[in-house]
Amino acid sequence: MPRTAVATDAAGLGRARAGGFVAPALVLVGLFLVFPALWTIYLGLTDYRLTGLAAAAPKMVGLQNFRDALADRFFLNSLWLTLIYVAGSAIIGQTVLGFALAWMMQKVRPSVRGVVETVVLLAWLLPGSVVSFLWWAMLNRRDGTLNALLDTPGYNWLIQHPMLSIIVFNTWRGTAFSMMLFSAALQAVPPSQLESARMAGANGAQQFRDVVFPHIRGHVLTNTLLISLWTFNDFSPYLLTAGGPNHKSEILPAFIYNRAIGTGELGYGAAISLIMLVINLIIALLYLTLLRTRKVKT
Amino acid sequence: MTATAARPAAVPLGPPPSMVVKKFVSRVLFYVVIALLLVFFMLPMLWIVLAPFDASPSLTIKLPDFSTGNFSELWHNPYALRSLLNALIISLGTMALVLVFGALASYALSRVRVPGRDALLYALLLLSSIVSGTAAMVPIFLLMTNVHLIDSQLGVVLVMTGGLLPAAIFILKDFMDATPRSYEESAKVFGASPLQILRHVVIPIARPGLATIAVWALVNAWGNFLVPFILLRSADKYPAAVVMYTFYTEGGQPKLGLISAFSLMYSIPVVIAYLVVSRRYGFRFHGGIKS
Amino acid sequence: MRRYARSTAILAAGTALALTLAGCGSDSGSGGGTSAGADTSAAAATSHTAAADGTTSSGDTSEAAPGTSTAGGSESSAGTSAPSGGTVTLTISTNGISGGKNAQEADWITNWVIPEFTKAEAAKGVTVQVSYQSSGVDDEKYKAKLALDLKAGSGPDVFSIDGIWVGEFAQAGYIKPLEDVVGADYQSWDGLKQINEAVQGNATFDGKLYGLPTGTDGRVLYYNKKLFQQAGLPADWHPASWDDIFAAADKLKSIDGVTPLQMNAGTAMGEATTMQGILPLLAGTGAQIYTDGKWLGNTQQLRDVLSFYDKAYNTDQVGDPDLQLDAKGRDESFAEFAAGKIGILAESDYFWRSVVNPKDGVAPMKDRNDTVGYTLIPAQKAGAGIRGQDFVSMSGGAVYTLNPNSKNAKASWDLMTFMLSPEAIEARLGDQAQITSRDDVNKTVLANDPMLTFVATKVLPLTAYRPGLAEYPEVSMLLQQATADVVSGTSVDDAAASYQEALEKLVGADKVTSG
Repeated sequence: MPRTAVATDAAGLGRARAGGFVAPALVLVGLFLVFPALWTIYLGLTDYRLTGLAAAAPKMVGLQNFRDALADRFFLNSLWLTLIYVAGSAIIGQTVLGFALAWMMQKVRPSVRGVVETVVLLAWLLPGSVVSFLWWAMLNRRDGTLNALLDTPGYNWLIQHPMLSIIVFNTWRGTAFSMMLFSAALQAVPPSQLESARMAGANGAQQFRDVVFPHIRGHVLTNTLLISLWTFNDFSPYLLTAGGPNHKSEILPAFIYNRAIGTGELGYGAAISLIMLVINLIIALLYLTLLRTRKVKT
Repeated sequence: MTATAARPAAVPLGPPPSMVVKKFVSRVLFYVVIALLLVFFMLPMLWIVLAPFDASPSLTIKLPDFSTGNFSELWHNPYALRSLLNALIISLGTMALVLVFGALASYALSRVRVPGRDALLYALLLLSSIVSGTAAMVPIFLLMTNVHLIDSQLGVVLVMTGGLLPAAIFILKDFMDATPRSYEESAKVFGASPLQILRHVVIPIARPGLATIAVWALVNAWGNFLVPFILLRSADKYPAAVVMYTFYTEGGQPKLGLISAFSLMYSIPVVIAYLVVSRRYGFRFHGGIKS
Repeated sequence: MRRYARSTAILAAGTALALTLAGCGSDSGSGGGTSAGADTSAAAATSHTAAADGTTSSGDTSEAAPGTSTAGGSESSAGTSAPSGGTVTLTISTNGISGGKNAQEADWITNWVIPEFTKAEAAKGVTVQVSYQSSGVDDEKYKAKLALDLKAGSGPDVFSIDGIWVGEFAQAGYIKPLEDVVGADYQSWDGLKQINEAVQGNATFDGKLYGLPTGTDGRVLYYNKKLFQQAGLPADWHPASWDDIFAAADKLKSIDGVTPLQMNAGTAMGEATTMQGILPLLAGTGAQIYTDGKWLGNTQQLRDVLSFYDKAYNTDQVGDPDLQLDAKGRDESFAEFAAGKIGILAESDYFWRSVVNPKDGVAPMKDRNDTVGYTLIPAQKAGAGIRGQDFVSMSGGAVYTLNPNSKNAKASWDLMTFMLSPEAIEARLGDQAQITSRDDVNKTVLANDPMLTFVATKVLPLTAYRPGLAEYPEVSMLLQQATADVVSGTSVDDAAASYQEALEKLVGADKVTSG
């Protein structure tokens, strides 16, 4: 029954007590997240810098930072790269590979499943600094493992294919989440429905479209939203390429880092953060709209 | 020759054998794909398993010229081992706060209709993306300076918790939504208070979700560099993520011996945490018990 | 039932843990609160004391140091009024960490400076407690953290910064001239005479001295004598013009697998591109990046420099463009030079003493003294360099400076000058040779190293320093971008034009030269 997803206060919590339950989280989030976030948005309206005269006396510049951004060839480049990065590594890479793995793992022995799932999860568990070092070592021009395997000595993957490298890297790193979410979702598909579809002569693709997908649609959307947001704000490719070569993999978090820490342009960096927030908002609204159409249909 | 001749001869025997062959081939292909995927995921990780035990580690994956020299170098490094302990303190602290506050809040939000609840959750989720970025560095630093939480691990824990809570509540609420209300109703009939119901009825059912969020929070806090770097001042309070970046020479050359051994030590705790949690409680990002 | 009990136990354990942690962590927080109410610098002083416990004691006592922490707090506020009475607490910060980056300096501060200084002060009847804040991360991260501390009015008492940060830190009010912090009698320090004017320039902004340089360096052209011999070039090479460099590079091209010339370019190398590449070349055209209140824009000299890059990486193809794009390209260039795969390399003396050093270099060359040649960087052509010179170089170096908010400015100054006393410098170097800021020390420590003596005597007289202005780091980025554009195929004119445009936006059109 779809109605179960709607709030019913079965335990008799009541508004007041519910407020009490939410309060500690809200206080923490308010103090250590909302407050600095709003402050960051304010900084985006100033010419504040880490050092120099503008650090001593920052001035309000209104929307100047935003106008500058829209005329900044490096920002526009960075925005475009970020969209490619999210589309390539989150939407195509992680979702497709994650689903494929979840699908395949239904059909193997539990022991195989355990091994595969653990290995995929390891990629996600290991600390970012370790993982980026591992990939840097693997792709290294002089004695990287990939060149040794493919017998392409001296081929510089991070220079020749920077975006492809970080997309494959992030797919490797983040597929675990999609895999876990989809395998849980697939378990919820009633086997009887699949069986009757099979009886009716539906092939694999048809079974997927008519039986499986309607059941996991909500999961697909939740998954896409979360991993899109995470990928959009993902800093770890910076540890691999530092945004290079010559800005060719400078996705927005790397761009902000290079501006905020590299040249100390904190006001400008804060303004770009706000632009990122707005884009995140658009992604989330898109998701909500899709989710709503689903609810109307069912 | 005989083999090629034999195959056409086998075909006329009828469709079942060809179906068997087809099925066999597709089964083989299926496992080849799985094997390839496994190689793809394992390949980068081989280095961290082999290089630490190599007397002179390079970037290439090779069978080690066995030595424990890298570990003894690590043992003598004044900050390496302590940084792992610090990382443990910070990560467990963050995990505990995220878990406790996240569970309370997500349960309440799941059960009680609050106007604008969804909008609030989404707004927080979005803001958390700003705060995890470099641009928020200055506000966070100045805020923590004013509340005297600079060079304090508690400060690091609080900032990380604030950043992780929205996503944790978001995911946990899904689990709470999926737990059946009927148990709670019967518990209520027997006179249990809401907190008791949460503890004894809801949490056990949502346990895989809580366990997953615990690992997720632990992993995130474990790897975070920027927050502890900005907020801590004493090297003996630095967690592993910060100390990892000091294993370079003045010229920026990685000290491969130290880095490989440290990477291994730095990775083991999160792997253990995952293995323990997944074995005891299961590891799922979604889907409690469907009612 | 058992399942319920178990999960409750997790939650309970979690809560308990959280509370314990909250208890632990608040030690340093409440310590700051009790000592001087809401005074931020007092809070910082308390946390410095906590740091001292950690660095001096190797055991696991640092977590359990609430007693010392509060004691330090009250004493530090007493120290303000009467430094001779109670304990004076001081903190030193550099971008080093024991067992990691700049470990030598870090170990020297913990093992030599702190105990020796404490002893020396005790002999004068002053009790000092000095602690060391180590970092050991990328310079830009260290800089960001330091800037945040200083912005908040806290931070270490004595700290190390790169000479080119002096201007921007001064403009931000993070540091103040020595005469304001210490008083006019800073000039009576006898070491000052030993630091020559040019080197002092590295710590000077707007004509005022903000700190004390710790050392300096110089840039030369290194070349591989074996490769030179193979290509039929003289082992004793003295190029007199850019054309001579390209002539040698063209000959080196005949050797398979060898990159003839490595001139740092692009943004990935960061400041190394500017210091080892653009600025020495620019000096060779007779121009400096900042003169008479104006930044160098799209001028003939700039286009000449960019044409050098164009020739090296596109026309003559004697350089490896990939190396300039690699995030770790500079390290790779070191490794390749050490492996005999690079013919000519422009680098500072750091390369000689820390990279190819056979003893403890990062890319050691056992036969360094026989294989690695070095020569002065020629101007575009004889006499075309700055001040009409035939040869040019660039120099930089670190600076120790003082926190203007320090509660113990006088004691900080004493500590800083102590760190620059001949005994201290010799203790820092051990048996290593390095160009220090003091002439008297250089005479003894450089005696056994011909290369460093060469830099000290032949290069430093020709050298130039970067302008200590707040805009400099960003102008430097724009220059790097221009070379990156040229190396990746943009025409010299287009790259120079977009440099000009970005520069005008940065500093204002009235402050840029062109033509």
